Amino acid sequence: MQSAQNTIDDAEIAKFQAMAAEWWNPDGMFKPLHMLNPCRLDYITSQIAAEFDRDLSGDAPFAGLRILDIGCGGGLLSEPMARLGADVVGADAAERNIPVARLHAEQSGLTIDYRHTSAEALADAGEQFDVVLNMEVVEHVSDPQAYINACHALLKPGGLMVCSTINRNPKSFAMAIVGAEYIMRWLPKGTHEWSKFITPDELYKLIENAGLDPVDRKGFVFNPISWSWRLSDRDLSVNYVTASVRRA
Amino acid sequence: MGSQTDILIAGGGLNGATLALALAASGFDVTVVDPQPVAVRADPEFDGRGYALALSSQRALSALGIWPKVAEHAQPILDIKIVDGRVGSTPSSMVLEFDHAEIEEGPMGFMMEDRFLRAALLGAMEDSDRITQLSGIAVTAQDVGASGVTVTLSNGESVTAQLLIGCDGKKSQVAQRAGIRRTGWSYGQTALVCAIAHEKPHHGTAHQYFMPAGPLAILPLPGNRSTIVWTETDAQAARINALDDAGYLEVLRPRFGEFLGPITLAGTRFSYPLTLSVANKFIADRIALVGDAAHAVHPIAGQGLNAGLKDVAALAEVLTMARRRGEDIGRTDVLIRYQQWRRFDTATLALATDTFNRLFSNDNSILRLGRDLGLGVVNALPGLRRSFIREAAGLTGDVPRLSRGLPL
Repeated sequence: MQSAQNTIDDAEIAKFQAMAAEWWNPDGMFKPLHMLNPCRLDYITSQIAAEFDRDLSGDAPFAGLRILDIGCGGGLLSEPMARLGADVVGADAAERNIPVARLHAEQSGLTIDYRHTSAEALADAGEQFDVVLNMEVVEHVSDPQAYINACHALLKPGGLMVCSTINRNPKSFAMAIVGAEYIMRWLPKGTHEWSKFITPDELYKLIENAGLDPVDRKGFVFNPISWSWRLSDRDLSVNYVTASVRRA
Repeated sequence: MGSQTDILIAGGGLNGATLALALAASGFDVTVVDPQPVAVRADPEFDGRGYALALSSQRALSALGIWPKVAEHAQPILDIKIVDGRVGSTPSSMVLEFDHAEIEEGPMGFMMEDRFLRAALLGAMEDSDRITQLSGIAVTAQDVGASGVTVTLSNGESVTAQLLIGCDGKKSQVAQRAGIRRTGWSYGQTALVCAIAHEKPHHGTAHQYFMPAGPLAILPLPGNRSTIVWTETDAQAARINALDDAGYLEVLRPRFGEFLGPITLAGTRFSYPLTLSVANKFIADRIALVGDAAHAVHPIAGQGLNAGLKDVAALAEVLTMARRRGEDIGRTDVLIRYQQWRRFDTATLALATDTFNRLFSNDNSILRLGRDLGLGVVNALPGLRRSFIREAAGLTGDVPRLSRGLPL
C-alpha cells in the first residue's frame, strides 16, 4: 500500500486530491450516490448486524469482520465500514480510483486496504471475506454469472453478500437513464446501458446458480418531495438491493 | 498535540448539558467547554428563574433519566388562562382558557425552577464517563480541517473533535467564527422576571395577560409561589428596575391583580432585553448550532428552552443514526438533515411569536376588538383550541424520538 503511493509524483497527487474532493463532494458529480448512501448504509449495516449478531449501538460493532467492497470508487462505503470497526478491502477496476480513495481514507484517519483488482482476480488468489459488498456493479460487468460465481468464491462459509442493481423496465429506463443522466445530469451520459439492467428474478437466478441462498430483497425508492431515498418492501421497480448467504 | 474527543460542545447550559447526555448515551465521547466555573453554574440558591417545560421537553428529560431527579420539584400546569387586559381595569370578557383535560397526554407542561434542572444536568454529566467537562475555560479559536475541527482553549490547550456544536447563546462565538451571519432585531421591550409569593393557591393555573406594553405571564411554582415574566417597554423597564423592591411591587400589583391575594417578592429580580436573533444557517462544515445560538426567539410563550430541547433531540437523533451507519458525523451532508428538520419549525415559531407579540403589545382599539373576537373564536372551537394546546405542548410536527420520550 505504502510502496504504491511512493511511486506517484506531486502533480499526480494534486490531481488525485481534486478527484477525491469531487468523489466526496455531496453536491458534486456523485451527488446521487451521496443521496442514496444513508439508505444503502441502513440496509447494509442492518443486514450485517443481523447475520453476525452485532449491536450497532455499541463501539466498533463490526470488529473482527473482514469486508470486501467491490467497485469501491472513492470509498463511500469502505470508509463507513472501517469506521464501524471492520477490516476492509476496497477493490476497483478503475486504477485511478485507488490513490483517490487512499488519500481520502488517510485524511479521515482510517486504515483501508485499497487495491486495483477485480473480484475474479481476488477469488483466484484465494482471498475470502465475511461480507462482500457488491453495490451498483453487476449491471456494468460483461458476464454477470461469472462475476457472481466469483463473489460466491470470495465468501467464507456463512458469509453474506449484499448486492444492489437497477431493474430493467420502462420506468427504470426513464428514471436511471433519461432522468439521472440526461435531465438531472447527476451521472455522466453513458454511465448505464439499459439492456444490461437486471430484473430481481434474473438476479435471484444468478445468485442461486452461484450456490448462494437469497435471504432478503428491498427496493430503494426516491421521494422527489423530501428529496431523499427510503427502503421499500414492495417497490423494486427501479433500484433494489438483495442479501444472500453462503451456506455454512 | 492536544486531546481528542468525538464531539466538542461549546456552552454547558441547559441545552448543552442535555445534548451532551443524549450523545454520551449513544456512545459518543463528548467534551463540554463552558466559561463559567461549575461552582457558579451549580449555585443551589433559589433565584426565581423557572421554565415552562412543554411535554416534549419533559419527555426528552425522562428518556435521558433526568426527570426522576427533578420530578418532585415540578409544578404541573393544569390550566392556562389567556386574558387581554389593561392596567387596573377588569380583564376583557373574552378569556381564552386551555384546560389539560382537553388533550389526552396529561398536564400541558411543567414549571421547573432553573436551580433544580441545572443541578440535575450537571450531576448527570459528572456521573457520565463519556463526558469531559472543562469549566471556567473558553473556546478562543476554531480551525476546521479535512477530518476534524481543532479548537483552541483559553488555557492554551487544544482539542480536536469530529464536530463542534455551538450551544453558546444568541451571541454565539462558534457561529461568528464560522462566518454564520444572523438576522434579527430588538423589540424595544425588556422582560422582568422574578418569583412572587402569594397568599392563595394557584391550582396549577398559568395566566398570560396581554397588556398594551407587553405580556405579563404568571406561572405556577410549587407551593404558593409563581414566577412572573413581565414585559415592558425598555424605557419603562429601566424605570421599574431602578425602583426598590417595595416600589417594584407597587407597580406590579395593579397588573398582577388580586386573585391570588397579597403578593411579596420571593427571589432575585432579573431583567432581559428582548431581541429576535436567528442564524442564517444552523450548520457549517463540522459545525452545528443549537438553541439560542441558532434561533433566539421572543420568550413570549416560554418556548425558548422548549425549542432548544427539540434541537437537542433532533441533532442527537441525526448524529446517532449517522454513527450507526459509520458516517462521518461532521460532514455537511449529515448535518444538513438536522438543519432541514429544525429550520422550518423554528422559522414558524419565530414568526408566530413575533406576530403574536406585535398584535397584542398594542392599544389600538380596532386591534383590541379583533383579537378579543379572535380569542373568543379560538375559545369557542374545541378542535382549534386543542391544536393550540398541542402546539404549545410541543406535540406537533415531525417529533424527534427523544421528544416523544423514546430512547435513541
